[in-house]
Amino acid sequence: MEIVHVYTKKRNEFGRQCNFSDRPAELHVDILPDPSLASNFIERDPCDVPIQCTQEMSEHEVNTERFESDTRGINHVEGGWPKDVNPQEMEQTIRFRKKVEKDEHYFSTIMQLGSNMEHCIKQNNAINIYQEYFEEEEVVEESEEQPSAKTINVFRDPNEIKRTATCLSWHPDGSCKLAVAYSSLGFQNISPDMSYDSYIWDIENPNKPEMTLKPVSLLVCLEYNPKDSHILVGGSYNGQIAYWDTRKGSQPVEMSTIEHSHRDPVYKVIWLQSKTGTDTFSASTDGQVLWWDIRKMSEPTERLVLDPNKKGNLDNALGAISLEFETTMPTKFMVGTEQGLVVSCNRKAKTPAEKIVCTYSGHHGPIYALQRNPFFPKNFLTVADWTARIWSEDIKESSIMWTKYHMAYLSDGCWSPVRPSVFFTVKMDGTLDVWDFLFKQNDPTLSLKVCDEALYSLRVQDNGRFLACGSQLGTATLLEISPGLCTLQRNEKALATAMFERETKREKILEARHREMRLKERSRSEQSKDEDTKEGDGEESVEELATRTEAEFYEIVEAELKKRAKEQEKKEKDVCEEKEV
Amino acid sequence: MWIWPCGNTNPIKAEVEETLKRIQTHKGVIGTIVVNAEGIPIRTTLDNSTTVQYAGLLHQLTMKARSTVRDLDPQNDLTFLRIRSKKHEIMVAPDKEYLLIVIQNPSE
Repeated sequence: MEIVHVYTKKRNEFGRQCNFSDRPAELHVDILPDPSLASNFIERDPCDVPIQCTQEMSEHEVNTERFESDTRGINHVEGGWPKDVNPQEMEQTIRFRKKVEKDEHYFSTIMQLGSNMEHCIKQNNAINIYQEYFEEEEVVEESEEQPSAKTINVFRDPNEIKRTATCLSWHPDGSCKLAVAYSSLGFQNISPDMSYDSYIWDIENPNKPEMTLKPVSLLVCLEYNPKDSHILVGGSYNGQIAYWDTRKGSQPVEMSTIEHSHRDPVYKVIWLQSKTGTDTFSASTDGQVLWWDIRKMSEPTERLVLDPNKKGNLDNALGAISLEFETTMPTKFMVGTEQGLVVSCNRKAKTPAEKIVCTYSGHHGPIYALQRNPFFPKNFLTVADWTARIWSEDIKESSIMWTKYHMAYLSDGCWSPVRPSVFFTVKMDGTLDVWDFLFKQNDPTLSLKVCDEALYSLRVQDNGRFLACGSQLGTATLLEISPGLCTLQRNEKALATAMFERETKREKILEARHREMRLKERSRSEQSKDEDTKEGDGEESVEELATRTEAEFYEIVEAELKKRAKEQEKKEKDVCEEKEV
Repeated sequence: MWIWPCGNTNPIKAEVEETLKRIQTHKGVIGTIVVNAEGIPIRTTLDNSTTVQYAGLLHQLTMKARSTVRDLDPQNDLTFLRIRSKKHEIMVAPDKEYLLIVIQNPSE
């Protein structure tokens, strides 16, 4: 039975303002009960109804609005003196005191209180009621606790227009401060009202940053000087480098000149090991790596163009997105490029051509993070596209270990400074992954959703316990990870060494095998070339190659989709079966 | 002939002095303060600013503690107050008119 209500409206009345008016109730439809419909239903007898004789409770969660609190102290000033005594006058106060002391009541009170007090004092001296009776041994048994991470504090960008927290740097002594660089990495995404400030936060106080840094342009990266904790160097969006001294205020002490700076945003700046502690180097997507001495910022001290052909040609250069420098190996450094190559360089080379030692390829996208393992400097971690890979310096063709391809882009990663087999990565879907490859290699040991927006940066504190990650809306979250993930396990170093060696050996064998096969193919194709006169017989043309690859790609995608559909069907079928039963 | 009872208060006063001195010389005792009902420090072994802080704050705390005890049970009364903190223990012996405060560093 269909109930239809029709009304008409003139075309020229469409969009007119509605004028409401009162009118009495009208009965439009009256549906009377139809007993014949009852034959569609069967009476159910008996009916099972669950009853519970308990208090009904419901669970509610409430999130309060952020409450800004400020700590203040009160200074007590002397008071309570009787009117005739002036508390500033020593004589009067002494006289008053002496008078009180002569009071009878005073004596008896003091005697009594004194005896009570003595009893308690002696008690304290006799037994320490908080004494540790069972001192724990040094070696803690293998705790089967679940690895976990807990958010301690969240530092939000105080500005209205939120910018991405692109770089974080911990204070070198004690790590009680966190410097966060805010910028907007989207192309031409900077609105005129966007504030350029970057902040230094005290980790105990998430309400207000401890200090503001005011650069000329948005800061993309920021680093504390490990030798001098008052100095920070920052690379900005317009290509300039600036350094701040926190004792001298919010303005940069000195900035590099525009003519000699980078032409693109400076993506990474690192302090170098030097006697003066004032050397840094910076990398940018314009293809240059520049060395600076912060005392003289008018010109870089050295320049390197990342031309893979080693000709110093800027047009050909690879754009640099990340830098790596380990103080234990001061002559070498590595650059991660936008094109997915890791370039290993030698600082001490005489000619620019010799500076670039070798390249490692294997990634499909820009390399957002590059770091050597603090315990095994020959192995380094790269984070790019949808995977994180671990490489050995000796193997240039491929990485020795890699994670599976994730659903979201990985944006940053770093090693744990205390455990050689643990590293952290953050993804664009807002999750933080903690990987422990001695425990599990296929999946992260711990995967935690930190926030709903993308995470762009990550930094672990030197004690390995705390880490901070920065998100797209400028929120820096401070997390504490469970002790199991930041205490060195027994044999961990030995096991990690063994694992690295094993994987390196495997890759070496594979490389050797590939080389053999290639040699065989080459010798075979040379033979066939002698027989055949046609040129380029064994090679397909570019178009054929393209169509073949396309077809293969679509095949793989379809197969995967089919597999997923099948799994989904199976799941639904299982659910249906359960319902029926 | 008048015999002034000048030496009369002395032995009692001496006893009070001795008690206070004995308390002060116990192991771990950092300071002793005697405060009257108005919060005026009568006797102290610490410097003035610290004394004033302790006197003001502990006086209020003792009042609060006493009122708490009496609210819970009107026939009860506060006899002693001990505040153990990370660094030391503050012991307050209250009375109707005076307050004896001792700060001790227990057992270390």
